[in-house]
Amino acid sequence: MNLLKLSLSYIRRQKLTTFLNTFLLGLGIATIILLLLFSAQFGEKMERDAKGIDMVVGAKGSPLQLILSGIYHLDVPTGNIPLAEVEKLKANRMVKEVIPLSLGDSYNQFRIVGTTEAYPAHYEAKIASGKMFAATSEATIGSQVAKQTGLKLGDTFVGAHGLVQGGEGHHEHPYKVVGILAPTNSVMDRLILTSLSSVWDVHGLPHAVEADDHKGDEHKEAGSDHEHEKESASKPDSAAHVTEEVKPLPAPPPIVGPPAAMSGLLPSGAMPESGPEVTVALVKFASPIATVMLPRSINSQTKLQAATPAQQLANLLQLVGVGVSTVRVFGFILMFAALLGVFIALYNAIQERRYDLAMMRALGASREKVFLHVLIEGLIYATLGVLVGLLLGHGITEIIGRVLSSANQVELTGFRFVTGEFWVVVAALITGVVAALIPAFQAYRTDIAKTLAE
Amino acid sequence: MFLLENVIHQYGGQTVLDMPSWKANQGEQWIMLGPSGSGKTTLLHILGGLLKPTSGNVTIAGQDLGSLAPAQVDRFRGQHIGIVFQRMHLLSTLTVRENLLLAQFVAGEPQNEERVDEVLEGLDIGTKKFAYPSQLSVGQAQRVSIARAVMNRPKVILADEPTSALDDQNCEKVLELLKLQATAYQATLVITTHDQRIKDAFGNQFNL
Repeated sequence: MNLLKLSLSYIRRQKLTTFLNTFLLGLGIATIILLLLFSAQFGEKMERDAKGIDMVVGAKGSPLQLILSGIYHLDVPTGNIPLAEVEKLKANRMVKEVIPLSLGDSYNQFRIVGTTEAYPAHYEAKIASGKMFAATSEATIGSQVAKQTGLKLGDTFVGAHGLVQGGEGHHEHPYKVVGILAPTNSVMDRLILTSLSSVWDVHGLPHAVEADDHKGDEHKEAGSDHEHEKESASKPDSAAHVTEEVKPLPAPPPIVGPPAAMSGLLPSGAMPESGPEVTVALVKFASPIATVMLPRSINSQTKLQAATPAQQLANLLQLVGVGVSTVRVFGFILMFAALLGVFIALYNAIQERRYDLAMMRALGASREKVFLHVLIEGLIYATLGVLVGLLLGHGITEIIGRVLSSANQVELTGFRFVTGEFWVVVAALITGVVAALIPAFQAYRTDIAKTLAE
Repeated sequence: MFLLENVIHQYGGQTVLDMPSWKANQGEQWIMLGPSGSGKTTLLHILGGLLKPTSGNVTIAGQDLGSLAPAQVDRFRGQHIGIVFQRMHLLSTLTVRENLLLAQFVAGEPQNEERVDEVLEGLDIGTKKFAYPSQLSVGQAQRVSIARAVMNRPKVILADEPTSALDDQNCEKVLELLKLQATAYQATLVITTHDQRIKDAFGNQFNL
């Protein structure tokens, strides 16, 4: 016999009260843990994908949109920019590397990215089987893409406009899977990589002639990447024409004409011609001073837009943070309500058990011992709540992770612990003890003689 | 043994107990008589160290209780005084065995399963070791509460109206058991009662 066994014997008897209290407490703790796991994994994933990329350059628009579309492939691109501008950027001494991306089409909700070998190299993606894309119409696919679409080496597939299934397909230009990447645990896993020329090919050649006829308003399928991202075609698709005309135009002067991004705002007919285009360029700096100078000069002096992932990421997490904080407050309210429940349960229990407590005293227990006995009971409730909370929190995270994983979203796992959880557990245990303090003090003050004489 | 000298107890400004000195030698068996409200229970609580009298000296088994700190009184009570209450107050969440082990635990004594068996056998309720109090008859529960009182081989056994809830037959038995246990442990026994059935069962009487 010891105090723990004694306290447990009472908790065992109060099955319903115990269940309700621990469940409520567990729910509160689970909510907080869910948030901790989610924000930790979300933040890490965001940072991992953006790691090493100092700046993203694209068409004017929302900088956050530029980051979301350029790095995470989540949002719609802001528009297109002339490849020549990107080439010019490469010449800058402060720039170490420039990776051009051409976006717009998808296959089974996986984005097709026209790029160079530098892109997979940046994420240290290794070939699991086959080879890296090289010739036009060759594609190398990420591990998740392979897993979920079932595409194998040698398979061919047709890219569709936009990001949802059922978009109009480029049936004349099927891609051939020539390689599958090993998992990188980055955005790379969910992409279909191909050469820039493949994307130009798909969009450019077949529509070149048409484009001359009707200035492209109905040319959704011929549209630029910008256009393709929008499934609804409700936005002006004038940016499209530039891409269409890329191939047929014999080497147009490099940096003339307004950037494609601007074209979205202009009537389509007013669109001047320009050289080959890409959607965004991921830029790595050679020197830290570039962080201060380059984005500013690009934004003020060119028609391009430059956004720094670190800054936009901070903005985004702050934005998400508002929602997270709200839910966290809700979690704490749940936890507080649960502890109030523990308090009430213990308070009533001590009233009912005053004979037992007096008897313990009569048998030789000191005041301190019965005080401790009640505190331990509060601690047991808190511990059970913590266990339920950990189990629920991680379980639900894992379930959400699995559901989201098949829905092509951020990967989430419940089999991970973050340090924040430790503090939630400590806080729960401490508040469990605090909730038991007043009942314990009642027990401490039990008047043995009076109680037993009743 | 015990010795009460000039003990006065007041409660709420009223004197609830003002008694002559009372001395009992080790091993003596006493009955304390008095009408309801005469302070029998108060006196028993003072004897048991559950209540500190307003004034006067209480010496039990050679120990002056007034000189001990509260926690020491608790410990002394647990180790040397066995109390049988009118209502048994067995802890309902614990089995008979656990109730007895609890008596050893809270008194700070080593817990001993053999002692549990020994005491239960001595009271003829060995088969109820793993029963919960709610599964016991009144007579059985009374025996368990006696068993609990003698677990730590007390020097003084106090019983507060132990027979009031019992029929004649059980009353007889419980008295016998208490006497038997007290004799076995060479303990001083005090039984409070207003039960006319038992006042002649003891040679030593103290009237309040």
